[in-house]
Amino acid sequence: MSNHLVIAPIVLPLLVAALQLLVGEKRRRTVLALSVASCVALVLLAAALMLAVSADGVLGAVYRIGDWPARFGIVLVADRLSALMVLLTSVLALALLPYALGRWQHRGGHFQPLLQFLLMGLNGAFLTGDLFNLFVFFEVLLAASYGLALHGSGARRVSAGLHYIAVNLTASMLFLLGVSLIFGVTGTLNMAALAELIPTVPERTRALLHAGAALLGVAFLIKTAMWPLGFWLPRTYAAASPVVAAMFALMTKVGIYVLLRLGLLLFGDAAGPASAHFGSGWMLWGGVATVAAGIVGMLGARDLAKLAGYNVLISSGTLLGAIGLQLPAVTAGALAYLVISTLAIAAFFLVVGLLASDGDDETDDTLSLEPYVQPGEPAPNESLYAQEDESRVVISAPIAMLSASFFACALLLAGLPPLSGFLAKFAMLVPMLEAGPRTGATVLFALIIAAGFCTVIALCRAGIQIFWVEPERLVLKVRLSETTSILLLLGLCLLLTVLVEAPLRYLRDTARQIHAPAGYIQQVLPAAEVQP
Amino acid sequence: MELVLAAAIGILAASGTWLLLRPRTFQVIIGLTLISYAVNLFIFSIGGLRTGADPVLHHAAGDIAQYADPLPQALVLTAIVIGFATTALFLVVLLTSRGLTGNDHVDGEDGTP
Repeated sequence: MSNHLVIAPIVLPLLVAALQLLVGEKRRRTVLALSVASCVALVLLAAALMLAVSADGVLGAVYRIGDWPARFGIVLVADRLSALMVLLTSVLALALLPYALGRWQHRGGHFQPLLQFLLMGLNGAFLTGDLFNLFVFFEVLLAASYGLALHGSGARRVSAGLHYIAVNLTASMLFLLGVSLIFGVTGTLNMAALAELIPTVPERTRALLHAGAALLGVAFLIKTAMWPLGFWLPRTYAAASPVVAAMFALMTKVGIYVLLRLGLLLFGDAAGPASAHFGSGWMLWGGVATVAAGIVGMLGARDLAKLAGYNVLISSGTLLGAIGLQLPAVTAGALAYLVISTLAIAAFFLVVGLLASDGDDETDDTLSLEPYVQPGEPAPNESLYAQEDESRVVISAPIAMLSASFFACALLLAGLPPLSGFLAKFAMLVPMLEAGPRTGATVLFALIIAAGFCTVIALCRAGIQIFWVEPERLVLKVRLSETTSILLLLGLCLLLTVLVEAPLRYLRDTARQIHAPAGYIQQVLPAAEVQP
Repeated sequence: MELVLAAAIGILAASGTWLLLRPRTFQVIIGLTLISYAVNLFIFSIGGLRTGADPVLHHAAGDIAQYADPLPQALVLTAIVIGFATTALFLVVLLTSRGLTGNDHVDGEDGTP
């Protein structure tokens, strides 16, 4: 295997973005062709990377920048988990490109270069092997995301973006504090070297190490939008343009990825009695609280885009809780849920964008829902039957497409059979039961089931109002490119329903690999280097 | 020296936190700047404080203990650059927000849904 494969997913979007900036906004076709080429190439690269790291007996690929040994230089590490996340990122980006063609990319400047920078930051964060570069790549992806969140402008976006930026800048400060505390205690920032050093940290500085790790964790939990750190999320995502919100569905997963990686690598079973499973209880109960907050928000949401935002919260909370349990089988299911829920929420944001926007109006592209009971007005179900009109039987193609997509999204998000959302939840919930009675696992299990039920209620209510009660409200100008994106994402979910066996096997191996960090450490720091 | 530095970091961080929680954008950005000073000083100090020690090796031989740890200095440089850039970006958004909403609230009272 060519070793440069590991750095290619970072360098390629960087070069393409720089080239796009040089070409300039006016040559739209060239810029677009570059974007398409880059996204296709990224998918191929990610697939190649995944094949390379999933071969038998391969632990992963390590790329030493400048060929400095890992303790002194910067390393990029690709193992099964990183390859999975890189593939998910590039597939999502490719699927979203047609949607951006429609009307969104010209609502503001430099959409395509920003998207490429975002991809660079995401891939970098997934592939990096040390904490400080994680910070740098996080800043790259955040800087691009600030630009994307504000894409399209308008008072609502800028106001939500202001909160988003302030929250994330604060989180970055916490990130830096955590990194520097950990460096102060251990003298290294390489993740593998840290994992080796943590069991031997002297007792008097262990508290400092834990404080650093906790600060670092809070920074990631802000990005994951754990309750009570996640109040910024629904409003920002609802205000962002749909294609950006769909891409942001992945951004909370970056936090999940880092928590999963660092939690198991640094504070796994090998970390010694004082440090093992540090913070896993916080993740579990934080996840439980996040799911609960997401349910309440989702049932109360009066705005379809915010409803989608609360679905992101539920998905984050479920994942946090599941990885907080630190059981390999649950982690495998959680990874399946991560992939499916990212794709489904992205598709849902796109559908919401089509339902809500009337194409040209800049400020008011939200779709509000009626309150449950309107005082002084007839109950909503009367208006449902009030005007029986037989001519309504004819359903136009866009409405049929959108309502079918909405229905598919609802099934995926709620985790109902027959689509892959059910399989993913099933793969996550069964091991929780098999693990035996633990309070945390039981509470989480019950809440995940309840979340599925409440998603059904909330989405049924929204669907009835949008498609049945007031279909006149829908001003549909659906372009072919926009449907392509939605169908691509939903088709992927369908494909994963049919071909569930091979991906699940890959995920099980992934979970086993990240739960046994010795292989990772050995890969990054071969025995010859361990001796100073 | 340790006490003075620790007090400086603490005071900067405390004032920054207080300002960050204020309802107006200008206070928030000053708060963020103060916090980033505190964080930068903190990173700078994690290598240990010493006077006149050199981070770059002059001689091939010599005791490594005579030199300052160069890594925190490299880290703080990166952090300063990134912090500066993101603060500048935040300023632009702040001005845009002022232009679009006509006020400088960040506490949700700026009149947008």
